[in-house]
Amino acid sequence: MELAISVIVGLMILGALYAIHAKDLLSAVIASGIVGYGLVICFLLLKAPDLAIVQIVVETITLIIMVAVVFDSSREESFSKPDTQGYVSAITAVFLIIVLFYFFKISVSALDVFGESTLRMAGPYIEGATEKTGSANLVTGVVFDFRGYDTLGEATVLVTAVLGVLTILRLKGKK
Amino acid sequence: MKGMTLIVKKTTQLIAGMVFMYGIYIIVHGHLTPGGGFAGGVVIAGSFILLILAFGSDFLNLVKEESGSTLYENLAILVVLFLAVSGLLFGTRVFFLNWFPKGTVGQLVSAGMLPLYNIFVGIEVAASILTIFLALIIFKEEISE
Amino acid sequence: MIVYWLCFILFLVGLYGVITRRNLVKIAISLSIMEFSTFLFFALVGYIDGGVAPIVDPADPVKVYVDPLPQALVLTAIVIGLATTSMLMAVIIRLYRKYGTFDIREIKNLRG
Repeated sequence: MELAISVIVGLMILGALYAIHAKDLLSAVIASGIVGYGLVICFLLLKAPDLAIVQIVVETITLIIMVAVVFDSSREESFSKPDTQGYVSAITAVFLIIVLFYFFKISVSALDVFGESTLRMAGPYIEGATEKTGSANLVTGVVFDFRGYDTLGEATVLVTAVLGVLTILRLKGKK
Repeated sequence: MKGMTLIVKKTTQLIAGMVFMYGIYIIVHGHLTPGGGFAGGVVIAGSFILLILAFGSDFLNLVKEESGSTLYENLAILVVLFLAVSGLLFGTRVFFLNWFPKGTVGQLVSAGMLPLYNIFVGIEVAASILTIFLALIIFKEEISE
Repeated sequence: MIVYWLCFILFLVGLYGVITRRNLVKIAISLSIMEFSTFLFFALVGYIDGGVAPIVDPADPVKVYVDPLPQALVLTAIVIGLATTSMLMAVIIRLYRKYGTFDIREIKNLRG
């Protein structure tokens, strides 16, 4: 199982690298679809069918929106010669990556080996959850019963994002 | 935005209804099978987006639809909030209390208030994503005119 | 263990894109790549070997289940991710109509 997921994540990394370096913006957007749809397969392998259903539709809608933005604009990204600012940002990126690598190396040792055990929190959510919530789908039970506050907060963020989009797009720009 | 050809339109007419029904199935069975309000809402929004892409804006009055979907979105989040507050009236008086009778596990009508939350969150998610899409389409049309 | 590392490398690829790219659409793509790697990490933490998907069958309930908590967190986060990505796209399309370019360096120069 770990090997299969590793291969798919490797493909996702290749797709991400191509999406970042592609010259045509349309092919960059479509290459970013590799990452999203690869994530769907990972979710299916990791026994998370709820997430797979959401992710496959969300990825499609994201691609439609991105293509609609990119389609009738200048799609060629102009790669000019690297200047001082470009070097500075590249050096910053390398420095940040080294620092984050160090911290991840420390923190990954605190995690259990992949697939051996779940978090301690899983026990109370699985034991007797069906009697408490009456729901056969444990994820729905957690989303709307044990963690109802979270869901209400996320729904509020969704409303706020929609209001933000409407505000940005309805402004009459100064001529 | 112009619509597509006749074949695409007819095929979309056939498919969009089924996609819509699939979204409703996912929402209503959210407490029994994989799925729920978030998944089903996104699927329902996808069926509407399919129709809009195929038929174009000559057929549909987009501005009117956008105001309608904004209204549905806000009403749905209000109902979810009222359902959550209603837990304060009964029993141990906890926010988000599941005070409906639970029923037997595995039946369609069971799990207390979870199906109600599923339905209204589904409406909210579907209306939100449809509103975002319509806002982008209307903006593009206004610019190109 | 190698899966965690690969997932982290995916995050770093997204971070590299955000810092070094100059095109706004590329930056949006890199942000969503970072987002996806976070979702993958949550799902990986909840996995257990031999577990089944967290759907209880009332007939025989004694099984090993995958942890439902990270899945519930990610479920809402994916939909929020769609909304925030489209908000980013709204900002980008607005900037493009005003300045006629996706390049942040040029937009900064045009503003003066």
